[in-house]
Amino acid sequence: MTEPVLEILNLRKNFGALKATDDVSLTLMPGEIHALIGPNGAGKSTLIQQISGALTPTSGTIRFLGRDMAGMDMAARARAGLGRTFQISSIAPEFSALRNVILAVQARQGSSFRFFRPVARDRSLIEPAMVMLERVGLAARSRIPAGELSHGERRLLEIAIALSLEPKAFLFDEPMAGLGADGSKSLTALLSELRHVAPILLVEHDMDAVFALADRISVLVYGRIIATGTVEEIRSHPEVRRAYLGEGA
Amino acid sequence: MSMSRETCINILLALLLLAVPVAAAELGEPFYVTLATRVAILALAAVGLNIALGLGGLVSFGHAAFFGIGGYVAGILASHAFEMSPLVFGIEGTTSMPVIWLTAIMIAGLVALPIGAISLRTTGVYFIMITLAFAQMIYYFAESWPTYGGADGLSIIMRNQFPGVNTARPLPYFLICYCLLIAGLGLYWLLQGSRFGLALQTARQNAIRLSSVGIAPFGIRLTAFVISAMVVGLAGALFADLNKFVSPSMLSWHMSGELIVLIILGGKGRLFGPVAGAAVYVLFEFALGGLTERWQFFLGLVLLGVVLFARGGLLGLLAGKARHD
Repeated sequence: MTEPVLEILNLRKNFGALKATDDVSLTLMPGEIHALIGPNGAGKSTLIQQISGALTPTSGTIRFLGRDMAGMDMAARARAGLGRTFQISSIAPEFSALRNVILAVQARQGSSFRFFRPVARDRSLIEPAMVMLERVGLAARSRIPAGELSHGERRLLEIAIALSLEPKAFLFDEPMAGLGADGSKSLTALLSELRHVAPILLVEHDMDAVFALADRISVLVYGRIIATGTVEEIRSHPEVRRAYLGEGA
Repeated sequence: MSMSRETCINILLALLLLAVPVAAAELGEPFYVTLATRVAILALAAVGLNIALGLGGLVSFGHAAFFGIGGYVAGILASHAFEMSPLVFGIEGTTSMPVIWLTAIMIAGLVALPIGAISLRTTGVYFIMITLAFAQMIYYFAESWPTYGGADGLSIIMRNQFPGVNTARPLPYFLICYCLLIAGLGLYWLLQGSRFGLALQTARQNAIRLSSVGIAPFGIRLTAFVISAMVVGLAGALFADLNKFVSPSMLSWHMSGELIVLIILGGKGRLFGPVAGAAVYVLFEFALGGLTERWQFFLGLVLLGVVLFARGGLLGLLAGKARHD
């Protein structure tokens, strides 16, 4: 039996009396896209933040590549191989798209304490960064300050950054949010390819994308996972239809 | 290859700062040479602070601590050499500038390490306050420590020595300070373009972004804080030698504020911002200080104008918005 890349066991996060994460267990298997869906306020972001290291769980375990991640901060988890994007794009706005990716390449090389050699003439940084920008279709925009990129381009830039980390798993937090129909379509195609780089835990509201991409879907409602299964199973799950797809029973 | 507008302005500023005192010395006006030396030293201190504040976004309100430490290193080493009394553990004083500079740089860095390590656990206004608190502790310590003059300060009887240079004359001493300023600017420029600089500037723009590629902002910021303090320490040693005097006022929060003002005036995070800022500051002090004791009121007006209408400072006005490739 193959081991899960990411394994979450009995995770709980309480904010006072509010159970934002209520006994959540889920796995991310090699090569799969596991989508996490749920209505607003279901606790998807809280869960993502606990996985990425921004929030500490009240109890429970998060294992990544067999290793307990308790006590690891966000940077340590990224170094361990967790590549993420954010619900609201998080980029260095003053730097060009290229520099944003170069930062990830240099982090991957493990060498930020070099003080003299100019980045602008360092081919070992620029070339791999350009390859990643090409891969997401941003090569022509490499010199544009990231803050001046369009919303959709920033989403792609974040994916190029995550890719440059050569991660062991992707954590994508609503990558389709705010994209038009065309944008969602091309991003869906890109994500479909990326599952061969590393498995993807995908939080997403866009149901067309989720149904097109996901190998498995978990449904989160009020902090609890009420169902996990294939696209077909989730589509026909009565409780899911009631709680999430908004159909009267 | 054509130079950018900012590069042209930078070269012009560098040449101007060199030409004015050389001409003044030729014309027998040593006072203006001293004024230019003051500009060069304050600019060097502000270049140091600009590493933390401009590149890293770390608004330290305590960098006078490192400026004063540099000053006291110069004063204390010189006074022991003059009295021929050993310092501690049989270490002799010295009047050699290179030795004093290295000592000032190292001690400023060693003091900055724990101060930075504690202060950088906070951000925003708390960071400002905690750096201020540390600097005030050192200020009151110096003021109440009678061995080296306490509140009265400590005189340097003769300016310290540099091999092959008559440092007692204004122009040679200016040239020493000018060369060190250029070296400081060179360091800033290298850091800005390096991998370290990329990480540091990302920490300022978006610390979460830095963390999520696997670089912990703390280590990057702490390194910048220490390097920054070392440069300011060197400037402090030069300042003590310029005035042949060091007192707790070099450690005071006024001094910390002055350094921040120089940067904001000239252009935060701009290579020559501190030079432009220091030049304007010293010119204001000289031109208006002769007319009224309240010259800082007018400086305040200028600062207000800069903050409201020209966020990029003087260099922003002259050279336009900063661009990164």
